[in-house]
Amino acid sequence: MTKQVTLSINGITVTVPDGTLIADAAKMAGIDIPVFCHHPKLEPVGMCRMCLVEVGRPMLDRATGQVVMENGQPKIQFMPKLETACTNRVSDGMVVMTTTDKALDGQKGTVEFLLTSHPLDCPVCDKGGECPLQNLTMAFGPGQSRFIYDEKAHFEKQVPLGDLIWLDRERCIQCARCIRFQDEVAGEAVLGFDERGRNTQIISLSEPGFDSVFSGNTTDICPVGALTTADFRFGARPWELKAQASICTQCPVGCNTTLNTRREAKAGGDIVVKRVMPRQNEEVNEIWLCDKGRFTYHFTESKKRLTRPLVRKEDKLARASWDAATKLAAENFAKSKKDFVVLASGRLANEDLFNLKSLADTAGGTTILYSNMGGGDLTALVGVGQGTNIGKMGKGDAILVVASDLYQEAPIWWLRVKQAADRGATLIVANARETKLDKFAKFVIRYAQGDESKAVNNLSNKGKIADEFAKAKNAIVFYGNDGLSLSDTASLSSACATLLKETDHAGRPNNGLVAVWERVNDQGAWEIGFRPEPDLEKALKGKVVYIAGADPVGDDPALAKALKGAKFVAVQDILETATTEVADVVFPAQAYTEREGTFTSGERRVQRFYAAVPVKGDAKPDYAITAQVAKQMGVILEGSSASVVFDILSNSLEAFTDLSYDKLAETHGQWPIVGRGDLYYGGTTYENTQGLGVQLVPTAQAGGTVRIPKVRKEAALRPKENELLAVPVTKLYDHGVTVSSSAALLGQWVGEPTVTLHPMAAKNLGVEAGARVKISLNGVNAEVVVKIDDTISAGVALVPRSMGIAIREPVVARVLLAGKVK
Amino acid sequence: MGVFDPIIELSKGLGETLRSFLFEKTVTYQYPEEKRPVRPRYRGRHVLKRYDNGLEKCIGCSLCAAACPADAIFVESAENTDEKRFSPGQRYASTYEINMLRCIYCGFCEDACPTEAIVLGDNYELSFTDRRQAIYPKEMLLEPVATVEMTTPRKVDAGVFTRSVPEMQNPSD
Repeated sequence: MTKQVTLSINGITVTVPDGTLIADAAKMAGIDIPVFCHHPKLEPVGMCRMCLVEVGRPMLDRATGQVVMENGQPKIQFMPKLETACTNRVSDGMVVMTTTDKALDGQKGTVEFLLTSHPLDCPVCDKGGECPLQNLTMAFGPGQSRFIYDEKAHFEKQVPLGDLIWLDRERCIQCARCIRFQDEVAGEAVLGFDERGRNTQIISLSEPGFDSVFSGNTTDICPVGALTTADFRFGARPWELKAQASICTQCPVGCNTTLNTRREAKAGGDIVVKRVMPRQNEEVNEIWLCDKGRFTYHFTESKKRLTRPLVRKEDKLARASWDAATKLAAENFAKSKKDFVVLASGRLANEDLFNLKSLADTAGGTTILYSNMGGGDLTALVGVGQGTNIGKMGKGDAILVVASDLYQEAPIWWLRVKQAADRGATLIVANARETKLDKFAKFVIRYAQGDESKAVNNLSNKGKIADEFAKAKNAIVFYGNDGLSLSDTASLSSACATLLKETDHAGRPNNGLVAVWERVNDQGAWEIGFRPEPDLEKALKGKVVYIAGADPVGDDPALAKALKGAKFVAVQDILETATTEVADVVFPAQAYTEREGTFTSGERRVQRFYAAVPVKGDAKPDYAITAQVAKQMGVILEGSSASVVFDILSNSLEAFTDLSYDKLAETHGQWPIVGRGDLYYGGTTYENTQGLGVQLVPTAQAGGTVRIPKVRKEAALRPKENELLAVPVTKLYDHGVTVSSSAALLGQWVGEPTVTLHPMAAKNLGVEAGARVKISLNGVNAEVVVKIDDTISAGVALVPRSMGIAIREPVVARVLLAGKVK
Repeated sequence: MGVFDPIIELSKGLGETLRSFLFEKTVTYQYPEEKRPVRPRYRGRHVLKRYDNGLEKCIGCSLCAAACPADAIFVESAENTDEKRFSPGQRYASTYEINMLRCIYCGFCEDACPTEAIVLGDNYELSFTDRRQAIYPKEMLLEPVATVEMTTPRKVDAGVFTRSVPEMQNPSD
């Protein structure tokens, strides 16, 4: 335990860990010292001078080094000038005065000086109402300025810093929080200062501008209205917004968010989501949120939302009543017996999946998880222990990331893993190609395509890397499906789990296995009993299929063909997709913004989301639709309340025992303090008042027996001479429905489908970067743009998932030059 | 009390009536033919003012709505372009509604307005036949323009109207 230091602030005795800054110590004691540049998540710089306070330290006798006593008390020596509370660390016996005339005069002077060049256009500023500069000016400012208004420095009004962020240089007070966030936290130094003195301004150093997926966070911590988002531009005033807790559905991290809603004339008088803000959960996303989570909520308000049940009549989908639609589906499901297949994805909440599973089990059907990744049973066995917090990992710990491009797949994990490495944790990155995490890694393992399991098995042997991993106090393994097929990930997860078990890194907090899933609730689906199917086409052909939250037809022509051969197809989704077009019955489901439910994150944390906006049309929550279909089949399932479904779920699944909605909604105090009235201190991230969630206990931690099934690695497809092996990789901004509904905002970040080739392969084909070619895989042609990457094997071509090219697993492809020039 | 006292008192009163009838000017207004002028600071129906060049003063900041104790004002803002300019600066009110049934004519909105765009005028003749009519949209509240060229939105020269809040002046006293 770190040494504790006792000091006095404004006469209050405070005991804090040694090394704490005075500003933080005061905050812990509930004393406000105004700050602009200081942020508890960033290194101190002392740039704004707002936190001037009087600091006195016990006087030491020069000769003896003893504290000089006066009337039985240590004699305190105050410095002649004010000191900054954000750069000075506490020491024993220190006396801090924050509200003396001298200190207040210094703070008043700083505000007056900061405002000499501030335009005071608060009425048109998006930050107005939640602006630290506004608040601190009211609390600590002089009320009147001695400076001349005409002498304010003026710049051109707002300019875009990137596609998503606008910069107003006049409003900037040069605190450098944004620059420091990008340097220290995000590790992407794309912002910087330009010019000097009064002309100092923030510029983007990258091309394209503000090239970072964490850019939205700078608007949260900006203490003025200099950085604002393009999405919320003039959207509403902050005080007009209502806040409701939610969970981001874009990746398995499960970031806690707050949905800000408002009734809007533009939306025809509906209550709509105006912006998504991060909600503090120090064990999940701290106070951050990636741009995908922040800006791609628009799909819930898409024009393609399904609002009424549809039934196929004479080859056309026609509106029907809920009763008729569910009855038709139920009749077909009931008579199908063994041919009944439920295909669901991890986009659904735990309650939905549980009801689907119950229905299939009762009706004698099978359930399939729509996913290309295996190993969810192993994360339940040797997953990270309850109490895991990557934010607490550092020196002496190890993190292995294998076959995952975390930056593209789960940005907030990338950020937290990177920060753990910054704190001294040993980061080992194993991948077939270079990823953005490599430069923060202590060891990089580069294996040949198809050797991922071998690379992990090698870590069990002797070796420098293996030793360091084995000796680590704590170790977490992240595995993904970068370039892998379903069977590859199954054997990879087995190898990872074995490694963790052998090195005794399981069953404790900060130890265990984490799967970087494709969707938000894949882990939950595994817990409930859904498993992916290697031969999906065969499993769907000629069957009676109930599809929920998945679009197999749009994803893969082969699956489209398989579904054409299905006897009956019922689809339950929130948006019109290619799959709903071929369906016999379509059920409109509610989006996560309209209903309650829970998701299980990749770290196996069960978290609640709440209804924030009214329901669109006649849509119903997924669990209720399933219950209604079940009722028509004579099966009674709970369909009226999500919390009751969850209670039944927690009673029937061992991992969820004792969990309830109340328990998931519990919170406790978190550090640093954000939101509330303390906007100036931690930024506009919302305080967590609606639940931190509960992490499930893995079998290894519960004391159960851990037997890791051996998965035989199938012979990997290797690129042969003059052949290209196309492997799937994940891109953050893909052509999926959730992203494409926000395409206008995301602009260039979405881009066109690409194929990444090795320079040699490109040379052999006679193509250059940026050329348009046709790629042929699985018998389907697609036009793509060539990208060059010299870190991949010459025989491998990277093809992004969900970009309009059907690729589920590594497959031999041909690049057709016929369509090269266009 | 004497026998004649009531008669004396009564005739005193009637005398006053007679004096007023014969010698005082009448105070009754023949409304609606004749309208009584209002005081300069009278708080009647709101008007959204324009600058002399016809651009709207309102910048859609919503401070009037925030100040309104009756929650009678609803504002939604959007961004100006030089092709379609409503007001100087970046922001204008794309929706501006006042519910005249809710309004208590306190004038807080006037006080809150940073550009002196909303002013309580002298019109007190508000009547509606249903509740929906009581919601006055922006078109009804905006001051009329003198010439066609002054209507908003309109195309303006690029880079002229860049600031929303009029240039601030030094305190003069």
